[in-house]
Amino acid sequence: MIRGTVLIAQEVCKGCELCIAVCPQECLGLSEHLNIRGYRYVRLIQETCTGCINCALVCPDSAITVFREPKGAAKKTVVVQSTP
Amino acid sequence: MPELKPTNGFEEVFRKVQTLTDTPMHYCPGCGHGVVHRLLMEVVDEMRIQDKTVGVAPVGCSVFAYQYMNIDMQEAAHGRATAVATGIKRVLPDRYVFTYQGDGDLAAIGTNETIHTVNRGENILIVFINNGVYGMTGGQMAPTTLAGMKTTTSPFGRDIATMGHPLKITELLAQLPGAYYVTRHAVHTPTAVRKLKKSLRMAFEFQEMKKGTCFVEVVSNCPSGWKMTPQESNEWMEKNMFPYYPLGDLKVPKVRMN
Amino acid sequence: MKANSEISLMKGNEALAEAALRAGMQAYFGYPITPQSEILEYLAVHGTKRGAVILQAESELAAINMVYGAAGAGARVMISSSSPGISLMQEGISYMASAEIPFLIVNVQRGGPGLGTIQPSQGDYFQATKGGGHGDYRLIVLAPASVQEMADFVFDGFRLAEKYRVGTMILADGALGQMMEKVVQPPMGSLPLAEKPWATAGKPPSRERNILTSLFIQPEKMEEVNLKLQRKYREIQSEVRYEAIQVEDADIILVAFGLAARISQKALELARHKGIRVGLVRPITLYPFPSAILSQIALSAEAFLVVEMNAGQMLEDVELAVRGEKPVHFKGRMGGMLPSPEEVLREIESIAAVHAANSELIS
Repeated sequence: MIRGTVLIAQEVCKGCELCIAVCPQECLGLSEHLNIRGYRYVRLIQETCTGCINCALVCPDSAITVFREPKGAAKKTVVVQSTP
Repeated sequence: MPELKPTNGFEEVFRKVQTLTDTPMHYCPGCGHGVVHRLLMEVVDEMRIQDKTVGVAPVGCSVFAYQYMNIDMQEAAHGRATAVATGIKRVLPDRYVFTYQGDGDLAAIGTNETIHTVNRGENILIVFINNGVYGMTGGQMAPTTLAGMKTTTSPFGRDIATMGHPLKITELLAQLPGAYYVTRHAVHTPTAVRKLKKSLRMAFEFQEMKKGTCFVEVVSNCPSGWKMTPQESNEWMEKNMFPYYPLGDLKVPKVRMN
Repeated sequence: MKANSEISLMKGNEALAEAALRAGMQAYFGYPITPQSEILEYLAVHGTKRGAVILQAESELAAINMVYGAAGAGARVMISSSSPGISLMQEGISYMASAEIPFLIVNVQRGGPGLGTIQPSQGDYFQATKGGGHGDYRLIVLAPASVQEMADFVFDGFRLAEKYRVGTMILADGALGQMMEKVVQPPMGSLPLAEKPWATAGKPPSRERNILTSLFIQPEKMEEVNLKLQRKYREIQSEVRYEAIQVEDADIILVAFGLAARISQKALELARHKGIRVGLVRPITLYPFPSAILSQIALSAEAFLVVEMNAGQMLEDVELAVRGEKPVHFKGRMGGMLPSPEEVLREIESIAAVHAANSELIS
């Protein structure tokens, strides 16, 4: 299976949960914490993401960046870093 | 947004386009405006026409559209966006000009401007967001409010006998010879989002071909105005809005796109 | 119409339309209304083939918002109408004032209020000079008194609008629009196009995006915008223009603009013939208003007579300028009626009689 991951801009997310509803892998969930604007933001809750971009397509706040493992790439643990 | 750095050979397959600004949108959680803004700007980005595009913002929830779209924009008076766009397009015929309007703006106070702009076949794109309610002012009845639908100014539901019928402005406009491409979409599912983007791209390309007015309606939700969660509002929209405002093309030009 | 300066006989409306083309007008949006439809008609014949965008809109409301779009995109734009149509345009005028979009608007006034009459009037002085639409804003207002000025003020109008990024109004009336007089048209291309770096013509990578808006939700920001506008209006005071005729030795000063000034000038001649020392001040810019000259004259003259084709609108500005130093009288006709020079003369004679009686009492 293709592996992917998402990076969610926590301070932009409004926790509308529309991405959660369209994720075929059920890998998104709401955080326990509030962001600076008072919303519970969405985060990755399990590593089943395939990088299908469904979540990003329906996100009204363009808060989601999606990454995918290229076809035929060696299986590696994904790390996505955020630099300020 | 901070610069994202993928490692371990993962490729970036989706990112917010540079034709959107970094200003966080003021829209309520789950509101469809943000998706339509993004799709418009994705098309502008993909066609590399940022320097040739001029947008017109309306009055309504999307009054601040110009804060989010990284292009030259004008803010029109309530209902006058298509008149403003006419002025821009007539003096700059080689620019891509679009308006972005809600149902109150386009189908109530601006009906005259809307009809005559389409009737002249102005070479512009009109993006029409229909959520059946005045969102910005607090959920009042709109021309497109469904029969029986409760709003703050139809508190017992829209009574057809005294408040008139929900206005199918898109069907009306499709009758006009100046309308070249008329279609109705939604943004509640990934598939719907993909379809809308394709339509917006076509509309911009038709504009380049100077074919006439392209009119793209997006039936959208208003979680705050409808007093529902975003997910509930999408379900309600499917169940109640789509039967009256069915998705699909109302007028498709007989032209082959490359 | 040949491109060189030459004398021709034209209607005021047509002279204005021809002048607009010579002044490099790039777009005109209009809607038919008497007594100014000749402007749209003339431009429909001559405008498009000379490279201008000429569009008959579905309403005055749409037309003024087309001006917003086109002028905001950087074009030199004119619009014209008559009183009821100008009322409809107030929305767009206010928005453009706030967004600092320059444009030229022509009001060929007719009698009101309401649908009124199609006969000439000056009933829109308040609307033109005090705002008209909502909010604290001003237009530069030019008042022509001849067909020649109908043409000349188009050039001044565009020049001032672009210099200050404001709207300029030519406040004419039905008689000036319809009357035929000889006119010398200024040559083509004598008003170069101005740079407009603020225009929304498409954002190149080299600059930030341009936004034209009149929406400033935060009151601090909205006040800042207002303060900027007010600074601009103070600067505009330097553009004041007027014509003073035989004021040096005058006891009675007539104050009138536009057509009423022509009538007053005739009355001045009749009065002088009878030995009454009368002068005339004709404000050419109604905003900015020539208050200073009137304040100055108030020191030497004995009385003022304001003559208008309305119920006394400019009268208030004259009274403010004279500040109670001297009596200010008024002669006006309304609803499309014109005061005759003889009517004005009778008013002058009765003021002169009172003045003479007072002088005798004092001496």
